[in-house]
Amino acid sequence: MSVSPPWFAIQQPLASRRRLLLGIVSFVLPLLIWCAVSYTPFIWHPMVRVENPGGVSWFRPGLLVERAVFAAENEKALAASQPAATGKRANPVFLPEPHKVAQAFYTAFTTEPKLRGDVWLHESLWRSIQTIFWGFLISCIIGIPLGILCGAYAFWSRIGEPVIDFIRYMPAPAFGALAVAVLGINDAPKIAIIFIGTFFQQVLVVANTIRRTDPALLEAAQTLGCRGFRLVLHVIVPSKLAELYTDTRILLGWAWTYLIVAEVVGVSSGITFFINQQAKYRNFENVYAAIIMIGLLGLATDQILAFIGKRLFPWETQRPSRIRAFITRLFSSRRTPLTASPRPPLSSTATSPEARS
Amino acid sequence: MNTSASPLPDYRAQSPAVAARFAKLKERPVVLTVENLTRRFTKADGTETTAIENINFVTHRREFVCILGPSGCGKSTLIRLLAGLDTPTSGRLLLDGKEVHGPGPERGMVFQGYTLFPWKTVTQNVMFGPIMRGTDSDEARREALQWIELVGLSKFADAYPNQLSGGMKQRVAIARALANNPRILLMDEPFGALDAQTRAQMQKHLLQIWKNVDVTILFITHDLDEAIYLADRILVLKANPGRVDELIEVPVPRPRSPEQFFSAEFLATRARLDALIHPPQPASALSDAIATENLPIIRLTQSGDDVE
Ligand SMILES: Nc1ncnc2c1ncn2[C@@H]1O[C@H](COP(=O)(O)OP(=O)(O)OP(=O)(O)O)[C@@H](O)[C@H]1O
Ligand SMILES: [Mg+2]
Repeated sequence: MSVSPPWFAIQQPLASRRRLLLGIVSFVLPLLIWCAVSYTPFIWHPMVRVENPGGVSWFRPGLLVERAVFAAENEKALAASQPAATGKRANPVFLPEPHKVAQAFYTAFTTEPKLRGDVWLHESLWRSIQTIFWGFLISCIIGIPLGILCGAYAFWSRIGEPVIDFIRYMPAPAFGALAVAVLGINDAPKIAIIFIGTFFQQVLVVANTIRRTDPALLEAAQTLGCRGFRLVLHVIVPSKLAELYTDTRILLGWAWTYLIVAEVVGVSSGITFFINQQAKYRNFENVYAAIIMIGLLGLATDQILAFIGKRLFPWETQRPSRIRAFITRLFSSRRTPLTASPRPPLSSTATSPEARS
Repeated sequence: MNTSASPLPDYRAQSPAVAARFAKLKERPVVLTVENLTRRFTKADGTETTAIENINFVTHRREFVCILGPSGCGKSTLIRLLAGLDTPTSGRLLLDGKEVHGPGPERGMVFQGYTLFPWKTVTQNVMFGPIMRGTDSDEARREALQWIELVGLSKFADAYPNQLSGGMKQRVAIARALANNPRILLMDEPFGALDAQTRAQMQKHLLQIWKNVDVTILFITHDLDEAIYLADRILVLKANPGRVDELIEVPVPRPRSPEQFFSAEFLATRARLDALIHPPQPASALSDAIATENLPIIRLTQSGDDVE
């Protein structure tokens, strides 16, 4: 019998099957707790769902009342020699059972909106994704280059970072009213909130990553004739590309956390509108379903990006990749548009060691 | 000092063939001139240290010069100045008679820590210099492949640096520097991190390359045998502050081979270097050098449990 490695070993990676198993457990565990609270009445269930109102005038079938109230009303009914009401213990309305939420995952998509002007769930989700996408994209387009400049040049760092550091402590939602005043009540202010939430962090995070460029690589490049801004383009950025990618992934997570705040700015929209609307109708299983959907969307995006990243940066993982090869080909076919000094090719005698010895 | 007492010949005595070689060598044009090069550092506490002081020497075209010296004598400081990665406090640096400032492709450098670009394949690493010079990428690739063949790594042309061994990485680094057709190749303890066998192979290999490529090599090492095996002339530095101690013309004839390690000229040169680098009298001259012999060591084993 081979000895299996211990489960608890400091800073040792686990075997991939164990990793998978634990990953599943980490989701199953909270689900089990939720099931236990939902399906075993003695754990919590502080309410009673009325089945037969009996002699209590204001009870209706399906009504949720607190257990104490239910008992008191029944006593009153019995005292007035009326039949007692019957009911089952239940959890409050804000804690639906897992199977109801699971159903809601499907029914939420198929249920027609109640009011004119309400939207279907998939429309809400799509709108949210668009909001995130644009906010994050604009942040990246401005933030990453700015971060790179700040990380590479002390000049840009000193002129940019102090004020960005200052602004980043202002909570993004604080700009909500301002954004509405400037940008109107539709999607623009929401995108702006996501932008404000991520941009300032992004500049600082990117600048810090860039600053950690290995100076030895810079020196090597300089002795190979690379100087000025080309050092940034050809050495600093590529050497930190994998880390920048990870930074961006993490920042995308931040952008998601700003989504809900962003969507209540101006006219409420997207998944937030859906959640608020469903909460108003007290369809809490739909609320849960929507919240979990946001989580799943975020998780899926992140996992997909991680998966792509592994293949994009093969020098990090030692594995050759098709995507990377494709991209390399794409870029290497471009000519460097510089004054090419024609150089005689090496003579073959000079290059073979055997030729002269 | 003690050369007369030993049975070894004078390290300055050169056979006619070697003398003729040196005469020919000195007729070649001067590639690098170092004039009064001095570098002082201001330390964190405000005091100044002189890393190197008044260094003067010239190297001729296709000469192989080794710079040798005890640890901390300023070898790295000197070579970084030559590469333009640092600016001298005073003094001048001339390449082909023209003063140079800052780094440039005509002075290639190979670092001890390889410094290959990890995101580039071997070929792309070697192509870097030519691309920076403006060579179009097909042409650069063709050239790079030739250099890679020269260092014997054709099979690994598409590998990433993290898939290579230390010796292979250093060969790529050499190819990468040579792909720029530098006037002079500066090497700072390039084989310092390699094991003994790989190191010996790399030395042989470097001599081969040097023989076949029009390049002057300035090679830093603290390994006496390596210096004698490789160099035409050895510039010996002494520490605190770093100064030229002696410029030795190696009397060992070329072509070199490991068998010469026990030849009389080799041993004579080695004895001389030994005397320069490890002076016979103890600590007083080397105030910083720690006499490890006299370190207080507490006995931490049980008595009777002796290993010697
Ligand atoms: N950036 C620096 N700031 C301050 N002092 C420095 C700096 N670089 C080098 N020195 C000092 O200059 C002296 C020479 O250092 P250098 O690295 O050139 O030695 P070296 O001969 O290369 O040593 P080794 O053989 O250990 O590599 C040392 O005393 C060192 O403390
Ligand atoms: Mg050094």
